[in-house]
Amino acid sequence: CAMGRAVGLVGLLVGLFLVPAVLVSTSLRHGAPRSDPEPEAAEWELASGAVSEDSLWPLPQWLRTSSRQLQLAPGRFQLVHGAGSSAGPACGLLQDAFRRYYGYMFGQSHRRKPSRRPLGDRAEPELLQLQVVIESGDPGCHRYPHLESSEAYHLTVSEPVAVLKADEVWGALRGLETFSQLVHEDDYGSFLVNESEIDDFPRFAHRGILLDTSRHYLPVKSILTTLDAMAFNKFNVFHWHIVDDQSFPYQSISFPELSNKGAYSYNHIYTPADVHLVIEYARLRGIRVIPEFDTPGHTESWGKGQKDLLTPCYSGGQPTGSFGPVNPILNTTYDFMSKFFKEISSVFPDAYIHLGGDEVDFSCWKSNPEVKEFMRQQGFSIDYAKLESYYIQKILDIVSFYNKRQVVWQEVFDNKAQLKPDTVVQVWKNNLYALELSSVTGAGLTAVLSAPWYLDYISYGQDWKKYYSIEPLNFPGSEKQKKLLIGGEACLWGEFVDATNLTPRLWPRASAVGERLWSSRNVTNLKDAYTRLTNHRCRML
Amino acid sequence: AENEQPRGTPCTQLLLFVATPGCDGFPSLDSKEGYKLSVSEGSMLLSADAVWGALRGLETFSQLVGRDENGTYYINKTEIMDFPRFPHRGLLLDTSRHYLPLRAILETLDVMAYNKFNVFHWHIVDDPSFPYESLTFPELSKQGAFHPMTHVYTASDVQTVIEYARLRGIRVIAEFDTPGHTLSWGPGAPGLLTPCYVGKNPSGTYGPINPILNSTYQFVSSLFQEVSAVFPDFFLHLGGDEVDFTCWKSNPKISAFMQEMGFGEDYKKLESFYIQRLLDIISSLKKGYIVWQEVFDNGVKVRPDTIIHVWKESSPPYMEEMANVTKAGYQALLSGPWYLNRISYGQDWMAAYQVEPLAFEGVPEQKDLVMGGEACMWGEYVDVTNLTPRLW
Repeated sequence: CAMGRAVGLVGLLVGLFLVPAVLVSTSLRHGAPRSDPEPEAAEWELASGAVSEDSLWPLPQWLRTSSRQLQLAPGRFQLVHGAGSSAGPACGLLQDAFRRYYGYMFGQSHRRKPSRRPLGDRAEPELLQLQVVIESGDPGCHRYPHLESSEAYHLTVSEPVAVLKADEVWGALRGLETFSQLVHEDDYGSFLVNESEIDDFPRFAHRGILLDTSRHYLPVKSILTTLDAMAFNKFNVFHWHIVDDQSFPYQSISFPELSNKGAYSYNHIYTPADVHLVIEYARLRGIRVIPEFDTPGHTESWGKGQKDLLTPCYSGGQPTGSFGPVNPILNTTYDFMSKFFKEISSVFPDAYIHLGGDEVDFSCWKSNPEVKEFMRQQGFSIDYAKLESYYIQKILDIVSFYNKRQVVWQEVFDNKAQLKPDTVVQVWKNNLYALELSSVTGAGLTAVLSAPWYLDYISYGQDWKKYYSIEPLNFPGSEKQKKLLIGGEACLWGEFVDATNLTPRLWPRASAVGERLWSSRNVTNLKDAYTRLTNHRCRML
Repeated sequence: AENEQPRGTPCTQLLLFVATPGCDGFPSLDSKEGYKLSVSEGSMLLSADAVWGALRGLETFSQLVGRDENGTYYINKTEIMDFPRFPHRGLLLDTSRHYLPLRAILETLDVMAYNKFNVFHWHIVDDPSFPYESLTFPELSKQGAFHPMTHVYTASDVQTVIEYARLRGIRVIAEFDTPGHTLSWGPGAPGLLTPCYVGKNPSGTYGPINPILNSTYQFVSSLFQEVSAVFPDFFLHLGGDEVDFTCWKSNPKISAFMQEMGFGEDYKKLESFYIQRLLDIISSLKKGYIVWQEVFDNGVKVRPDTIIHVWKESSPPYMEEMANVTKAGYQALLSGPWYLNRISYGQDWMAAYQVEPLAFEGVPEQKDLVMGGEACMWGEYVDVTNLTPRLW
């Protein structure tokens, strides 16, 4: 049957397939998308009963399998560091991954004791090991993943040992996930894997999930479960929209009153220990944590614990008692922000911080006489977008000073703030987002796409197909511009989401976005995707 | 006796008074669910005509108990007189599109009790799977369940559901939907379904139950004999919806039968023919029945005490259908606007809340024929991983 795959299933693997020289010389790409390989014309054999391929998600860039199967004995099979790897037993990240993936493949059964008994009379040869070889001198075991990390890997599954090669540990994590998807059980409960060779790397380097812990608090457990599911789908960015109007659950060391007064309750906070746990749990899965402290709008909860931070709104010359966005005209605002972002910069290790900047409602600023006076002094006339930009630019400078790069929502760009060249603009408004992508990349800025992937907008039926069918590069622009679209994020805003419904609402719909961002551009066949996704979903459970 | 007690005296007892015995019986359409609750200093009294009212009153009482900042439980002085507006307040679960483990059903029954629902409409089998383990026809689930060992409801499971429901004042109305929606019945009951034809030859696919064979009625009779004994409620839901005539039309034997019977090309008459015989069987088993609206729409002759279940939201608009059904003198159940499987963004509970079941053109006698309604959670996109947050 015709498969809509980008890659050609090529040839047969016969016998031992060990060509280290060839494999080493195959340059492992460093995260940046390459052009699609030409489908190789050759005979190919339908791997009979190749159930393994029917459940790979996301689909690797290049893969060939044979019908030849190998057996795995849970009592004897091991995930090990291969000879020549720059990582070894001291690499905690890989040790943790070995244990985790062993559990995913064989189950956490206590019956799995190491066994010396030889295999019964099965015809299939035994696969004894998966050897993981990290090729770069600096494997990255104790580092944090970043935008330029290499997630490429090369997997060869053949008798007697399978080999997983990757430039850095991040690629090894991706490869382990794929390997675990290849292992399947037959009707008798035997673990099998088809001889295969896979060469894989992500099409886009930024593949994220946004969770909103302000509209509803999400217990740490929910966040960790989400990180696990992200790893199953090769997502690599957790965009933590941690605070907003409704609540401020982030417990700040410098400003403890923010959460004391701004969180829903003392039970609804993230302590420094919680935050560290999330960051480390993510790191072990090759996932970056980008926190978002959205200002100057979306800050109502900040005002509860930080007096004079927000703009007092006026009506008829008198303060009404309600507050608007952050007050951009006071020095105290920037003193606060400076101290606050100093803490954030040290707590969150990623190179980027998301500064928000979306949906700033100008009406409160317009009502405030001091703000109006300031506008006059600055020569902004009545263009409040200029005031917004004035504020944002000062925050960007503060954050840059602490050596962090910034992600912002599209309004910051639309309202013409002066952005640093390495700022990432997140495009979220669904109206004509392709044109917005053209504008952003046309201005030489990097973009991340979320607009068509607001998963909080639920609807009846198989809406995953709609998310899957999005082609991010379908916007007018040069090749150079297209390269500036570094990826996308599926967003699950929290107005109607909490721990009771987060997981079934996010998955497997987000999986569709995961494949769109990882796999090749021409992996678009919905029928094939349906087969693989239904298998993948059951496996995720 | 009146005892003067100081304010804030701890209340130690809720006294329950039930007028009519009936602890061991099953709830029915006529069950009395009214109760009175009186909370004052020194006395808390819950009185009801029947145990079913006591259950409703206990739920209300539990909702009145509060807890202050110190953790102390308290209750305000209260007088409540309560009874349901509609006697049939149901929830439909579909265990054929996706199997629902027993615990999911029991959990749903618990939440139904929190919300004073009193009918569990168990849409137990359908096209995709047949999880009901029949003792008369064990092959039905052996061949028709998603997995005959793991995705079935044993006789014991069914009894567990019925008793768990009873203890919460909830009736269990089983639906064995025929003649359409029966693909899963085919493998375990060869010869039951109509073989579809392409030209002069069977195509290998099957359609609705074959209405022209005597064996069909023998089978149906035996099956429903068992079902009638297993499920104690007076009513059975017989389905009768969405019968696709294409397969019948393709089958030459059926065409011949149509000729013999003088039905011409009107397959609704054939559907009628089947349904009427089915209804006779059910009546002889001394059960009442509920059917989906098509049975009424297609002019099938049904007994006057049939309950018609209105499920289509439009074509015709459900209020129009409610008017027509009740005008014809039949009792009606409303589900049209309450298909909870059709999710949408935001606070869609409001749309469901704002439905007024009696907002149709009709005389008071018609309105009296509306027994209530059911929220439906069809299972195409629902299983145990998402049932509870989608339903509640």
